[in-house]
Amino acid sequence: MIDSGFVLSWIDYTVMVVYFAFVLGIGWALKRYMKDANAFLEAGRSMPAWVAGLAFISTNLGALEVMGMTGSGAKYGMLTTHFYWVGAIPAMVFLALFMMPFYYGSKARSVPEYLKLRYDEKTRGLNAILFAIMTILASGISMYALAILMEKVLGWNFHLSLVLSAAIVLAYTYLGGLSSAIYNEVLQFFIIIIGLLPIVILSLKDMGGWQGLQDQLAPIVTSKGFESDTWTTTWKYTGEAKSNPMGVEWYGIFAGLGFVLSFGYWCTNFLIVQRAMAANSTTAARNTPLIGALPKMFIPFLIIVPGIAALVLMNTPGKGFALPLNEAGQPIWDYTIIMLLKQYLPAGVLGLGITALLASFMSGMAGNVSAFNTVWTYDIYQSYIRPVTSDKTSDEKHYLKVGRLATIFGVVVSIAAAYLASLFGNIMDFLQTIFSMINAPLFAVIFLGMFWKRTTGHAAFTGLLAGFTIALIHHGITFPEGADTLVKGGWICKFHTYPVEMAQNFWTAIFAFTTSAIVTVGLTFATKQKKSNEELKGLVYSLTPRHVETNVPWYQRSTTLAILVLAIGTILTIWFW
Amino acid sequence: MGIDIKFPIGLMFTILGFLLAIFGLITGGDEALYSRSLGININLWSGCGMLAFGLIMLYLAWRNRKTKTS
Repeated sequence: MIDSGFVLSWIDYTVMVVYFAFVLGIGWALKRYMKDANAFLEAGRSMPAWVAGLAFISTNLGALEVMGMTGSGAKYGMLTTHFYWVGAIPAMVFLALFMMPFYYGSKARSVPEYLKLRYDEKTRGLNAILFAIMTILASGISMYALAILMEKVLGWNFHLSLVLSAAIVLAYTYLGGLSSAIYNEVLQFFIIIIGLLPIVILSLKDMGGWQGLQDQLAPIVTSKGFESDTWTTTWKYTGEAKSNPMGVEWYGIFAGLGFVLSFGYWCTNFLIVQRAMAANSTTAARNTPLIGALPKMFIPFLIIVPGIAALVLMNTPGKGFALPLNEAGQPIWDYTIIMLLKQYLPAGVLGLGITALLASFMSGMAGNVSAFNTVWTYDIYQSYIRPVTSDKTSDEKHYLKVGRLATIFGVVVSIAAAYLASLFGNIMDFLQTIFSMINAPLFAVIFLGMFWKRTTGHAAFTGLLAGFTIALIHHGITFPEGADTLVKGGWICKFHTYPVEMAQNFWTAIFAFTTSAIVTVGLTFATKQKKSNEELKGLVYSLTPRHVETNVPWYQRSTTLAILVLAIGTILTIWFW
Repeated sequence: MGIDIKFPIGLMFTILGFLLAIFGLITGGDEALYSRSLGININLWSGCGMLAFGLIMLYLAWRNRKTKTS
């Protein structure tokens, strides 16, 4: 344990215990509704839009997001908002308006199942297996990150916090399935916001408001060799890669982050889409990502702004604020958030802040587990191991049991993955980087499938594989400047050097997406469409009747919400230009 | 699915808000404790805010229930 001077008192523990009691209580209250697989794995498609929408954004607000983005706030300043305003909002609006009608209307129970309906079995199989592995890995990695944080900073036992946090998530997802995960995500959303709000207010007050923060940043930023307002602007210094700390130009941000990475993540990731699929109507399903987008736009003020304040604190000796250092003597940026909690929060709200971090971890992990058990049960077990029989009632009971067992299995494997991460952190990072690349080709394939009725199954399957292969090769022949391990790239040869890792990631995704799109289009012309127009109805844009929202008041219509979201996003972008 | 999530959310924040507000009142004179939070009794403020949020949620849940039964 590093000496962080953290002492939690009885009041902090009481706050945590109250939170745990409610999380488990919600799972317990839902137990009696879990009578079949549909209720357990799909929440019976019964969620109101606001519940699904807040769960949607809460799943995304996992521990790695909160820790990582606060760290990025210190490292890159307001440039980090590119992950939100350009890197999430357009994709969320696109998902809502153009893709949700097909995901939801097709009656597919998962994204892999949509691929099965639209293309064929092999495309589904490939996606389902990769998704299952990736999801469990991601949950293991975030579990490891949380446990190591708690050990280093709070002095909690690593094994105990790992197993205990996993056991709580297991308990409530096992009891109440997807409904329990979703309801708890809504609760967690509020505790994350309310628990972190005090550090926003206190850090800004300490800095003398936004203006004071800018003034104090100026000398620090200039000494790093950047213009004095680089940390408090977003697009201003993106004309040249070297004039901003992220090391990317505006077109790299626009194409890499704003298009390929964000559409790949938001529009194809079942973890996210599953929340919208649980909504109670097509309109509610379309509104889910839009309702999620409203808080998403303001999350930067909650986690990035305190991160920027942390940079000032680090450079003001009298404040006594320092980040722990790693073996190489570099600050561990991911610890920014917890050090801020320690800096500003007295006993009481401190417990609330720690609870917020635990809640963010749980919302992310429950999302992973509930997406994993659905894909496992429907797309792997039901399609390859035990297909449906003629007896629907006993089938539902059987798949409910399988879904529950998959929940336990998923959590156990996550714990194993967390231990692997503690032994071979680099390999886990590498796998995560690689898996993050499968989303870009997947977006190409789903997009072409939804909007071009001719796209064939063979073409889609080959397109996915080709995109993935190119991503691997690109990662293998390029590396970020100063990288000391092959995990960061360049493990085939060092053909090209990127100034920073983020630029490399952007370009990997761009290459993967482009290759996948070209291969899919090319092969579609070379192969024959086996699916009839009748079969593709509800799956493809041109063959599906438009969804009209007639009996919905104007303020609840998706288009109204979408315009509102885009307008606020535009205002924020211009404001912080 | 048969629960109204506003109810547990409201109840939890009412309890936590009450807890922190009382703790804030008791420890109000402790300057050493609140030196971190720049002399602001952040427990009292957060507690009151959470209490208000919790009660609003409870009210909404109660109103929702009433319209459903009638």
